Amino acid sequence: MDLSSINLFVLIASLMVSATPILLAGIGELVVEKSGVLNLGVEGMMITGAVCGFAIAVQTGSAGLGFIAAALGGAALSLIFGFLTQVLMSNQVATGLALTLFGLGLSALLGQGFIGVKGIDVGPVPLGPLADIPGLGIVLFRHDGMVYVSLLIVAGVWAGLRYTRAGLILRAVGESHNAAHALGYPVIRIRLAAIAFGGACAGLGGAYLSIVRVPQWTEGMTAGAGWIALALVVFASWRPWRVLAGAYLFGGLTVLQLNLQAAGVKVPVEVLSMAPYLLTIVVLVLISSGKGASGAPASLGTRFHDSG
Amino acid sequence: MTALLEIRNLRKAYPGVVANDDVSLTVQPGEIHALLGENGAGKSTLVKAIYGLIAPDQGQMLWQGQLYAPRAPNMARATGVAMVFQHFSLFDALNVAENVALGMDHPPRLRDLSTEIARVSTDYGLPLDPNRRVGDLSAGEKQRVEIIRCLLQKPSLLIMDEPTSVLTPQEAETLFAALHTLKDQGKSILYISHKLKEIRALCDQATILRHGKVVGTADPQTATAADLAELMVGTRPTAIARQVRAMGDPILTVQKLSLAPRSDNDTPLRDISFVIRAGEILGIGGVAGNGQDALLAALSGERSSQGDSIDLTGTPIGALGPTARRALGLLSAPEERLGHAAAPAMTLTENTALTGWDRSSLARGGWLNWGKAQQLAQDVITRFDVRTPGPQAVAQSLSGGNLQKFVMGREILQDPKVLVVNQPTWGVDAAAAAAIRQALTDLADQGTAVIVISQDLDELTEIADTFAALNEGRLSPTHPMADLTQEQIGLMLGGDTPIMCSEISPPEAQNPGPALAAP
Repeated sequence: MDLSSINLFVLIASLMVSATPILLAGIGELVVEKSGVLNLGVEGMMITGAVCGFAIAVQTGSAGLGFIAAALGGAALSLIFGFLTQVLMSNQVATGLALTLFGLGLSALLGQGFIGVKGIDVGPVPLGPLADIPGLGIVLFRHDGMVYVSLLIVAGVWAGLRYTRAGLILRAVGESHNAAHALGYPVIRIRLAAIAFGGACAGLGGAYLSIVRVPQWTEGMTAGAGWIALALVVFASWRPWRVLAGAYLFGGLTVLQLNLQAAGVKVPVEVLSMAPYLLTIVVLVLISSGKGASGAPASLGTRFHDSG
Repeated sequence: MTALLEIRNLRKAYPGVVANDDVSLTVQPGEIHALLGENGAGKSTLVKAIYGLIAPDQGQMLWQGQLYAPRAPNMARATGVAMVFQHFSLFDALNVAENVALGMDHPPRLRDLSTEIARVSTDYGLPLDPNRRVGDLSAGEKQRVEIIRCLLQKPSLLIMDEPTSVLTPQEAETLFAALHTLKDQGKSILYISHKLKEIRALCDQATILRHGKVVGTADPQTATAADLAELMVGTRPTAIARQVRAMGDPILTVQKLSLAPRSDNDTPLRDISFVIRAGEILGIGGVAGNGQDALLAALSGERSSQGDSIDLTGTPIGALGPTARRALGLLSAPEERLGHAAAPAMTLTENTALTGWDRSSLARGGWLNWGKAQQLAQDVITRFDVRTPGPQAVAQSLSGGNLQKFVMGREILQDPKVLVVNQPTWGVDAAAAAAIRQALTDLADQGTAVIVISQDLDELTEIADTFAALNEGRLSPTHPMADLTQEQIGLMLGGDTPIMCSEISPPEAQNPGPALAAP
């Protein structure tokens, strides 16, 4: 066993990369749930984003276009969910589960021609001298663009929910759709917008896997990341910064266990592999068990019917 | 003088029901206009049309002589119409200022808004802290949030839908004073209620609706309450018939019953003690959210407590569940009839079997006797005049009043020793309410102890022998109803102790039964 091979700075840098997919998916789902909708289709939207992003990135050679395509793909899929649950009033849990299964199947079909295709190379954002700061440079300034974009989205969601009128209305719709309707807010349109945003974020998260992290297309490559993102939102008590902390914790543990495996620690591989899931949940449960920490939107998952 | 609002021949139909039919009414500037009618008379539909929440099928509205057809609430607000809802359109998780901002079309910055809220609320004698979370406010304070939200938009017409249903008499007085101030400023108020007393105290003009039609207008200052009631209900109300009865022995003794809150917004029960005797109707009054649900759950057995805190004729039952308590003769009917007292999608027969299987021996060795259950359901339907096609109808197909009669009848026919009911006539039309009150009185005449938890003081004044008030989970001492004035009741509801000479039988002072060892 040789723990000295683990470099702390590299570890932190790679945990940020490792956490970015669930961070993106989680922050999107947070917005959806804040509007009172429970979309369990995150996994399906991620994998759809992954295949759309990979396909466009490979064909155009541009990661940026790939990510745009992924966001559009995720949003399009989420709007199927939106149409079914908001307009046709179907059950959100069942529809969300179906969306995951549908997304997995659709992505496998779309990805037929891309199995084994080599992905494109995505380099770090050139930040000049910042990247050369010892330690800090590796940790913070040698990442690809999406890592920074994901952080900007978290900050934007936090500020938007807290300080803007649009955010206030979104929270109000999630708290009590009847009251919001009585005040004249278009509940269904607001929720559809939130669902599309969540779908776009999940798509970006999936594409981060296929374009940057792996980078390749394989069927089912999200491997449950969407479910972790869903759990993250709940345990983070619907607060953006806690979603960030939870995602980085999970990412950190994942990277750490990979490093420990490489270093040859005498613990069964299976135990190491499941540790991140277990520890993340334990930590988040401890955080969210505090008094008043739960902040579930009161209308979460309930159907809104405009009966006039 | 041009009328502020004139409604001409308005009609609105929903599938299967005409909510408003040929409704006309006129509101003058500076007038408090009452819209009077029973539940389901079409009052809410009418004001929703005025507020732009629904579009009428026929008819027109004139605002200061101009055609007025709001397509959405923000158009109504821009015209000068504001509305305080019966079921508050507030968001518990947000603070007062945020809630107010949501009701405005062009809110100022939150900090400026907070200053404005504090100023306006003091001006009208309705003090309010803009930074408090709405979920933590009392019902009266929540209503203030709604009112302040309206007043900030400087409306010409303020619509109030059943505003006093959640207020103590003292809070209602404060509200009335604020409404008079508004009237003096030349604003009009459309005041919806079915409480005749307050309409006579407050309003200048009344329009009475029944079954969606205007059945008359009256000057509430000169018309008698009986006249108004007759217009509203269609028949003269009959008084409850009751025998003069002697109270029997104590049946149920509750001593220092406490329950912890289950969530942040839940009201705990604190040291509740009372005694009820056979043949007694104990009315427990209180404003919504003061622990009524918890008290019903503690008595029915849904939530267990210390074994000896509740004692039924010598048996400590605090730790027993609902089935065991039912077997001993303590039955209950919770407030929410659909979903709590009855399973919505199940038939009346099934719902009968659900609570009656043990006490009415509808099951043997785990096998249900459906024939007998159906017989019992049919009995309830016949005896309590439940209007339904039959016992095979599902609970949710019944109207509120009919389902409530069914739920009450189902418990009454199971021969209870003690019956606990919460809000027995909430949202029920006057005829059904009278029938339910009569049934409860008859039950007490036969020697059952009846505990009526209700927010309707008129109901308690009418049927209760003794009265206690529930305030923030504490129960006042019990007093004979006849000895109490309205003012004393109001003080009790607010948690104060009125000076009384007739306090009766607090459990501590009473000679405890053999099984009731002193704690």
